[in-house]
Amino acid sequence: MPDISRRRALTAAAALAATATAAGVIAAPAASAADHAHPMPMPEPHENFDEVYKGRRIQGRPMGGGGHHHEHGGGFEVLIDGVQLHLMRNADGTWISVVSHYAPVATPRAAARAAVDELQGAQLLPMQMPVPAN
Amino acid sequence: MTVRKNQATLTTDEKKRFVDAVLALKHSGRYDDFVRTHNEFIMSDTDTGERTGHRSPSFLPWHRRFLLDFEQALQSVDSSVALPYWDWSTDRTVRASLWAPDFLGGTGRSTDGRVMDGPFAAAAGNWPMNVRVDGRTFLRRSLGTAVRELPTRAEVESVLSMSTYDMAPYNSASDGFRNNLEGWRGVNLHNRVHVWVGGQMATGVSPNDPVFWLHHAYVDKLWAEWQRRHPDAGYVPTGGTPDVVDLDETMKPWNDVRPADLLDHTKFYTFDS
Repeated sequence: MPDISRRRALTAAAALAATATAAGVIAAPAASAADHAHPMPMPEPHENFDEVYKGRRIQGRPMGGGGHHHEHGGGFEVLIDGVQLHLMRNADGTWISVVSHYAPVATPRAAARAAVDELQGAQLLPMQMPVPAN
Repeated sequence: MTVRKNQATLTTDEKKRFVDAVLALKHSGRYDDFVRTHNEFIMSDTDTGERTGHRSPSFLPWHRRFLLDFEQALQSVDSSVALPYWDWSTDRTVRASLWAPDFLGGTGRSTDGRVMDGPFAAAAGNWPMNVRVDGRTFLRRSLGTAVRELPTRAEVESVLSMSTYDMAPYNSASDGFRNNLEGWRGVNLHNRVHVWVGGQMATGVSPNDPVFWLHHAYVDKLWAEWQRRHPDAGYVPTGGTPDVVDLDETMKPWNDVRPADLLDHTKFYTFDS
């Protein structure tokens, strides 16, 4: 897919994305190399982050070892106060989480912030991975 | 034969029977099985992998069958009950009778989103949130805050006019009727309604709010309307598609029903109009 430049654009839009409510073409300039924590030949579609948002620690990082979870987040995971948030990446590069499942946002960080907004201080419960019948 | 009616036309007695049957399923534990099943599918349906309940052509037949299961469960409690539908393009404000205390109750209070009236308010003691993704155990809503407007009739019409059921890659990036109705593309119908309601309806455990069924009963009715407008267009794909339920393939979790078996709703129910 020819979406490397799109991924860059989405990454650059991260700062704006906390209030984004829908996907759409985001006409942001490509991110500079300095925007990437770990510049690589093939840029990641998202950046690691670790911040306090509305009093809660949100973290985004490449998924840890084990591989015991389905990788719906493209190998990326988000935690809220240390509890993993079920995250999913859409085909167009946008993101949703289990607490905001019908409203795509541009980045994992935006999904984490949207989840904090949604939770209104409530504790996220540890993920219950799906076990569809058969 | 079951007749599904517009919720706005239900009598007081019909509303009470529907509510009582829903509460009976909740009390017995059967209701929460539906919530659990929905969340399992919504968390495992992915654009690049296996997808059945959402973001795929089978979104419509999967939910048709899911609603049939729920409706049959309601009818095992009270055989007179049918699923009503909510035409959100018409009954589009918080003042709609849908949200009155004798039916679903209204929006949540501003501090924590808690629904304070109606039969599903936490204070009534009959509607615990057992299948949940966070610590909150009460039904929440925030009608019309995360997105201001429900879809309009003109927007519905624009989607009904699309002549192709679905298109490759058969996921959230597709053009065509299914994905525009589901809402990942275009004016956004189904997804937007989940967001407009807010609370649990905006999450993977959305069936925790009984309005889930009325919303999906209308989405299902729109599929039927689309079929009447496009009699020569059919469900696609029709065979050999990896990760996607083809016309004659069985669907999880039932494993004994195919989209082909669900195209004609009149085998199961009709609509009031």
